[in-house]
Amino acid sequence: MKFIDEYRDAGSAKKYARLIAKTTTRPWTIMEVCGGQTHAIVKFGVDELLPRDITLVHGPGCPVCVTPLELVDKAVEIASKPRVIFCSFGDMLRVPGSKKDLFSVKAQGGDVRIVYSPLDALKLAEQHPDKQVVFFAVGFETTAPANAMAVYQAFQKGIQNFTILVSHVLVPPAMEAILSSPQNRVQGFLAAGHVCTVMGYTEYEPIVRKFGVPIVVTGFEPLDILEGIYLCVKQLEEGRCAVENQYARAVRRDGNRPAQEIINEVFCVIPRKWRGVGEIPHSGLALQDKYRDFDAEIRFGVAEVCAEESPECISGLILQGITKPYECAAFGTRCTPDRPLGATMVSSEGACAAYYRYRHYRAENPV
Amino acid sequence: MNKENSFTLQCPLSLSDYPHVLLAHGGGGRLMNQLIEKMILPEFENPFLKTRHDGAILPVAGGKVAFTTDSYVVHPLFFPGGDIGSLAVYGTVNDLAMCGARPLYLSAGFILEEGLPMDTLWRIVKSMKMAAEKAGVQLVTGDTKVVDKGKGDGIFINTAGVGVFEHDLIVGPKQIQLGDAILINGDIGRHGIAIMAEREGLQFESTVESDSAPLAELVLKLISAGIQIHCLRDLTRGGLAAALNELAQAGGLTFEIDERAVHLDGQVRGACEILGLDPFYVANEGRLIAFVAAEDAGRALALMQSHELGRGASIIGKASEKSPGQVTLMSRIGTRRILDMISGEQLPRIC
Amino acid sequence: MCLAVPGKITAIMGDNPLERKGRVNFSGIVKEVNLAYVPEAKAGDYVLVHVGFAISTVDEKEAGKVFEYLKQMDELQELEAGEA
Repeated sequence: MKFIDEYRDAGSAKKYARLIAKTTTRPWTIMEVCGGQTHAIVKFGVDELLPRDITLVHGPGCPVCVTPLELVDKAVEIASKPRVIFCSFGDMLRVPGSKKDLFSVKAQGGDVRIVYSPLDALKLAEQHPDKQVVFFAVGFETTAPANAMAVYQAFQKGIQNFTILVSHVLVPPAMEAILSSPQNRVQGFLAAGHVCTVMGYTEYEPIVRKFGVPIVVTGFEPLDILEGIYLCVKQLEEGRCAVENQYARAVRRDGNRPAQEIINEVFCVIPRKWRGVGEIPHSGLALQDKYRDFDAEIRFGVAEVCAEESPECISGLILQGITKPYECAAFGTRCTPDRPLGATMVSSEGACAAYYRYRHYRAENPV
Repeated sequence: MNKENSFTLQCPLSLSDYPHVLLAHGGGGRLMNQLIEKMILPEFENPFLKTRHDGAILPVAGGKVAFTTDSYVVHPLFFPGGDIGSLAVYGTVNDLAMCGARPLYLSAGFILEEGLPMDTLWRIVKSMKMAAEKAGVQLVTGDTKVVDKGKGDGIFINTAGVGVFEHDLIVGPKQIQLGDAILINGDIGRHGIAIMAEREGLQFESTVESDSAPLAELVLKLISAGIQIHCLRDLTRGGLAAALNELAQAGGLTFEIDERAVHLDGQVRGACEILGLDPFYVANEGRLIAFVAAEDAGRALALMQSHELGRGASIIGKASEKSPGQVTLMSRIGTRRILDMISGEQLPRIC
Repeated sequence: MCLAVPGKITAIMGDNPLERKGRVNFSGIVKEVNLAYVPEAKAGDYVLVHVGFAISTVDEKEAGKVFEYLKQMDELQELEAGEA
């Protein structure tokens, strides 16, 4: 497939690995923000090609992982109601709530459906005027234009039986939170390429100035990640810090304007709670007043749920890159993909799940 | 403890974990294996079940027979390349073939949902007839029941099959040896993608057809050519990864697989990319993996490739080490990782 | 958040800019994709598709730069080896 296969070429990958090795003279800790990048790194074994001096830490770029427990519980509550068709991306179906997940709701007779696009959910609403169709709008900025468009079209067409349950989070505030933490070890970032496709990368320039860390906007194929790491290490070795764009085939500095316009039309920025991390100011999206009718939390009046995480789960430390999955006492024993204690073990690109599936790392034998 | 029930004790699957059956329990992955291993098998444990193979090889007066059973609940009932009827016939035939047997006789039990259009049933029956002819088996007994509307998914089919042995080769997971070559008879993922292309919500245009096909003839051709086959397994739900992992665990060996030797049709590849699916976990219906003695690998490959159902055959790896029972994959960029069993059903993802 | 896949636009339909749709080909699989966010895209272009929406066109020239850079590095290394 064009624009994919060539970025998975073994020969080129090894060349970049050699380039990185030649450039690295001392230890560096780099964080890749996006869960999709974590997935690619572990699946293709990119970190195995790197010199020992480079440590990759996996960031909180997994909107599935960071969706607050309360929101999962609300989703479960709404999906369990009669005459509701609850639509979601596949990723969310097995995220554990306090008592159960959406998959269990389906097992018990709830009408829970996987959709590929929010527009598919909107279509269902048009096809089933007698039912309430709810869409679980989870995602980073990459998915916001799609979710915004669904609401926008629903508004234009006067569709009454469509609502969304919003769980949108924004990347730059999370990066700032990580850099501001006293336990932070991250010296450089690979920024999320598809988030930047939508938003551009002007938001990262003040972060670079404030914290003095290089940020390289990076793609998702092995070669992209290797080139991103190379550019980041080069900056670190040369004592520079700037925003660089590795993913220039998709990302422009100003991003996608029409997409940003619709996002700003439909959504506004609010503080959001990140599961395992806590509340980060200006880090989430909510529906603007004009579109409040499409808010599932309001439509269904789901009460403020008080939810408690498993005391053993250290997802928060994992998501901030402070601890590795195999350093968790429950990893691989009490916490597995079959019986996850927290979201980083459920989501296919949550760091814990990735390490478990692709490496079988156990707490006793880290590599 | 339940005092009303005079025989059993506690359900071996902790009820607090899974008080209800989930779809994942039928997905071909870890949850399904746990259900079978922890609840069902221990109740019936006997030497035949211990082999953990697709069919049972039973001694009878005069020799032995292969015996298998299967149930078909696929939805949609009709999909590109087949339907629930042809799937039922070929699936049962294949289970017998994986034991090294020549399939002879099938039974079919139909559970029909009230309201199923008669024309639908007729199409399925005709399809089963054609499939049976193609596979060289006879449907010799059956049963039909109807359940109330809402209590069945249109139609469920349960089958059983009987086959005979024309050779002395013992084929099963415990026969796999260190150094065995692992062959597959074609590309992967067609069935799963063909089904998904029909399913609501994930619609896309494709011309991918299910690879559902009867594999007995291919297997018997290899056996009669004297290939030292140690084990066979047909791939179904859970994909290539599930079959490899089940056998690695049953045999207590490590299998090394080369990703570059596992082929994908272009459209199957495209569908997997846009849905975020790993093709190793996508269902197949007309594919088998064969563990053959290393010295026979080249010959076995040539024989497969000369058969209609083996044109795309390749050698994908080998049984490389003793324990632990796991599968490792050499990626296309030259790094090695574990190819794990998946927990439940693989879901499309956007992350 | 992250799964966006490149595909080739084979046809474009629709007048309403918000509902402008394209038939996009991914290695033989064709899916209908909303093109509202890539008004400049035309048939024959490659776009990155995420959950049914094209979020960007793929710049072929930029796409090649990863490999040009490698080639430069290769040539430099050969030069260094020659001088050594």
